[in-house]
Amino acid sequence: MLSEASNGEALLRRAETRRRWSLAMPALIVIALFSILPLAVMVVYSFLTPGTYGNVVWQFSLDGWFSVVFERDLFDDTLGLADAHLSILGRSALLALATTGLTMLFGLPTAWFIATRPVATRAYWMFLITVPFWTNLLVRTIAIQEVIRADGTINRLLLGLGVIDAPIQMMFTNGAVLLGMTYVYLPLMVLPVYAAIEKFDFRLAEAAYDLHASRFYCLRRVIFPLIRPGIVAGSILVFIPALGAYVTPRLMGGGRAMMWGNLIDLQFGQGRNWPLGAALSVSLTLLVMIALVLSVRRFAGGGRSDV
Amino acid sequence: MSKRKFSVRHVPGAAPIAIVTFVALYAPVLILIANAFNAGPVIGRWEGFSGRWFVAAIGNDAFRNAALNSLIVAALAALISTSLATMAALAITRGRRLRGEGGIFVVLNQPLLVPEIVLAIALMIVLAQIKQATGYHGLGYLIVAHSTFCIPFAFMPIRARLEGMDLTLETAAMDLYAGRFYTFRRVTLPLLAPGILAGFMLAFVVSLDNVVVSSFVKSPGQETLPTYLMGELRRNLSSEIYAISALLLFASVTVVAASWLITRRKP
Amino acid sequence: MKRNACFLGTAAVAALMAQGALAEGQLNIYNFGLYTPPELLERFSEAYDVEVSLTEFAANEEAIARIQAGGHGLDVVLVSGYFIPAYLDQGLLMESRPNEMENFGNIAPEWASITGDPERAYTVPWVWGTTGVMVNTGLYDGDINTAAIFLDPPEALRGTINLVPSMNDVIDMTLRYIGAEPCTSDREALSAARDLLTSAREHWASIDYASFEKFVNEDLNASVFWSGAAGRIREANPDFAYGWPETGYIQWMDNMAILADATNVENARLFLNFIMDPENAALISNYTRYGNGISGSDAYMDAGLLDSPELQVPEALQGAAIDQQLCAPEVQELYTRIWTELTR
Repeated sequence: MLSEASNGEALLRRAETRRRWSLAMPALIVIALFSILPLAVMVVYSFLTPGTYGNVVWQFSLDGWFSVVFERDLFDDTLGLADAHLSILGRSALLALATTGLTMLFGLPTAWFIATRPVATRAYWMFLITVPFWTNLLVRTIAIQEVIRADGTINRLLLGLGVIDAPIQMMFTNGAVLLGMTYVYLPLMVLPVYAAIEKFDFRLAEAAYDLHASRFYCLRRVIFPLIRPGIVAGSILVFIPALGAYVTPRLMGGGRAMMWGNLIDLQFGQGRNWPLGAALSVSLTLLVMIALVLSVRRFAGGGRSDV
Repeated sequence: MSKRKFSVRHVPGAAPIAIVTFVALYAPVLILIANAFNAGPVIGRWEGFSGRWFVAAIGNDAFRNAALNSLIVAALAALISTSLATMAALAITRGRRLRGEGGIFVVLNQPLLVPEIVLAIALMIVLAQIKQATGYHGLGYLIVAHSTFCIPFAFMPIRARLEGMDLTLETAAMDLYAGRFYTFRRVTLPLLAPGILAGFMLAFVVSLDNVVVSSFVKSPGQETLPTYLMGELRRNLSSEIYAISALLLFASVTVVAASWLITRRKP
Repeated sequence: MKRNACFLGTAAVAALMAQGALAEGQLNIYNFGLYTPPELLERFSEAYDVEVSLTEFAANEEAIARIQAGGHGLDVVLVSGYFIPAYLDQGLLMESRPNEMENFGNIAPEWASITGDPERAYTVPWVWGTTGVMVNTGLYDGDINTAAIFLDPPEALRGTINLVPSMNDVIDMTLRYIGAEPCTSDREALSAARDLLTSAREHWASIDYASFEKFVNEDLNASVFWSGAAGRIREANPDFAYGWPETGYIQWMDNMAILADATNVENARLFLNFIMDPENAALISNYTRYGNGISGSDAYMDAGLLDSPELQVPEALQGAAIDQQLCAPEVQELYTRIWTELTR
């Protein structure tokens, strides 16, 4: 009797499991076909030989991966580091880190400010942050470009006031790319940090304060650890797209302050070296994933987080 | 000694920085919109207030085509991704923990982990083969590509809603011998509706804004609003471009505001 | 909700069907950016009841890579003269025999045969012009017929110089500037060219197809540039002038050809024939500010175009023209590597 019942239950449970898997299946198949498979093709292409005018020749080669890091000298064929690539990759990492830092510098106080507003008005402040987040990245890049270009708002203002007598060249520099990325990615920092601060129980801080903790001590030892998961989430959300950014550096960097994403594009276009482009793509993707896994493991462990 | 008047909520410097941030966030966009209303064609040479560039943009065939393509792609991609995401979210959150649930979760979010330019070029390579094999060059490719990367965005609010939902109502309905489908339609779906709607709108806006994947996947003659804008940028920075940007901003803000109003209504 | 879904579904099917096939009555053109007069397309569209779509690219290398990937859905493509062998080598062009078309007789004798396509069995002329340097003379009034504008820039221009990303043009001009020949396989010369370019690089603002208004607004004040584009900028900002480096500037012709796997072959043929008509060729010239290869088109050109300064190469400099060419593959690879170093 008893075993029959549990047997029936097991059957039911199996049917239930099957039903749920089949519910999830369509989404999984679409992603497998149009996101994972293309990425797998990239991995395969990175081990092939470049065609003369783009595309690949189906012949195994490690050159794509090799030339991410090394190159033979033009002059005497000696083997050296591929300075050109490495400096672009280095710049991407630095700019992405700097963007994360700057968004933190402005984003944390902003999130704090919003979270400490009265409940009634908080939603409106949040709305003000969400709007830029959901508006077109290209349009926002055009907007920030308008402000700093040679004939743009700042220069016209300064010229008009007589502060300067020739426009300051701000476009096409690392600084311009950094400013552009900070501008477009800032909401990504504010949102999760705000969520963390909002959940924070301020009585804890008050308790610390009553125990004569200084304001700074209280911030550092009580508040910061509790909102750290939010900061980590925000940093990830900013760092990942910044590392692979394409549109903003292209518009603000003018083809000189190139970033990783633009280098990939170059290899599939004018550079005509698809395997190298594929190897750069795969390494960028891997880096992003490793950064993600590491930061979730290392930093988010302290508090409960929904990263 | 009287108790110090003190609030831990007050951190000196936070408010000024926040205000600066808000101003910096909005000033460029407002400047852009203001410039779109310039009567003259050259940005920065103010020749009076006028809506003529908006009229010009709307009267422009290329712009209208791009807008239509954008709407078709965004509506269908949002519909598809929301349907798929709803099913997947139901599969994950209903009932006991599923074996391999973590795996499903990772796969569903995978498109978010791939840098956009990488996904764009990888899709271009794969879809080029399909285009060549089938000879079909329609909007279908853009719709499928957009549906794919919209799934995680649609998934987030739906899952959040489901997790906050009370299972007892469904159990009660089932106990009253309501069929599984009937229960879903009459109980689960209405409760879930705000989440689905929020997911749909997120997906819609994400699709509407996409430029990188679109520009690598589109077939000849298929511009979406952002790819059209990107192309026009190379031509000339003009008041008309700013007007188009302003229209695009307006479209996103409308959708976001609508979804904000809807999701703010608590069930 | 359900009805909405139904409606969307129907709309979806309709949209997909409408866009589904690249049917008759269509033509898909692949051309450089800012190179196709809208009026030309309108005229063609009206004359033959064909729906025309234009897709733009930035460089020959980019175009050929995209076409090679397959599934492009394009019919006609612009190919720079020096790049024709690359296309032919890959079997990407259709032997459409423009030399048997009705308007073929209109091609000016000097353009009826070009190195890459001696019989004109594949291509018809679009425009020809030169690549030199363009300078804001309001800021710098020295000699502008020199590659030093971008290789050893005068103080006044530093920081606001652009290079168009025409890899071969830039490296060819640099090689000539240091006294070597374009496409040389002499590594010492190539290495010297690289060193010169990398040291000059700090003075450049961008390596980009900068939009015209960046010059008009003086965001940028000098550029390695194309003659016609320079003319268009001069019209908007008369301070800009175009120069031909005395050590060597590039002379080129761009052509239109049908792709081997074009779907709308008949319309493509009609288009090639159409642009050999003097009146239509003049439209192209008026828009791009370059000369075309069609005799009799002068009559339809804008006043002032023919004697615009960008088209008048000074006699003393005519010998310095370098024919745009593709180098041997191994040299071409070295070019690419120099280029990557520059754009890093």
